[in-house]
Amino acid sequence: MSNEENNKEMKNLIKTAIAPVKDTELRRDLWPQMLRKLDEQSAAAISVPWFDCALAAILGAVLVFFPGSIPALLYHL
Amino acid sequence: MELLERFASGDLEAFEALFRQHQREVFAWIVRIVRDSGIAEDLTVETFWRIYKSRARFDPAGNFRAWARRIATNAALDHLRHSRHETELPEDLPSARTADPVIRRETRERLKQAFFRLPAKYRLVATLALIEEEPYNDIAKAAGISVALVKVRVFRAVRMLRRKLNTLGVGVSAK
Repeated sequence: MSNEENNKEMKNLIKTAIAPVKDTELRRDLWPQMLRKLDEQSAAAISVPWFDCALAAILGAVLVFFPGSIPALLYHL
Repeated sequence: MELLERFASGDLEAFEALFRQHQREVFAWIVRIVRDSGIAEDLTVETFWRIYKSRARFDPAGNFRAWARRIATNAALDHLRHSRHETELPEDLPSARTADPVIRRETRERLKQAFFRLPAKYRLVATLALIEEEPYNDIAKAAGISVALVKVRVFRAVRMLRRKLNTLGVGVSAK
């Protein structure tokens, strides 16, 4: 049997094994779900990531305990 | 101002209008790829979220429908990449050519499992081309690849399935 025939047989077998999706109708309006997602994402965009807070806390601690580092920090900014 | 221009400039009402116009079509496209209506609903929302995020890059003179379908295809592909079936196929598989309907049913079941374990990019094109019988041109546009590459991926998907079944002793013949 040639490759082409083999492929044809395989394709036919796939078609018999897996049927096309019959019901492609959307049953409900997804806009409310979309609005929720937009709200969640905009809230997430406003909130500060935890590692930024941690970085700010570490920097604050360094400045408090080692005030001598302030000129060095300003120099590098 | 036109609807697409308003959308591109960030008007939420314009986005809602486009969402309502296109949600059914986007859902219908995605459900044929992922074959689960619940997942397809989530991916439809994800698609429109991606559309909303990229609105500034959209050319209002362009084709919104085609752009949405392309983004929907990418969202579905991302889902397929992260949800591959990991079940192993059993070793004692019967021949595909046997006349026994029970054995043929068993073979079809194994083939189905092998199909859903194909790498995502092959599964995507094979599903649309072989099962849903979408034109290659439409698949190429939606996936952002050439028609030739769609054909290559379908061919390779079929070859992978044939080899997989052959190694398991199912008689879908040859090299």
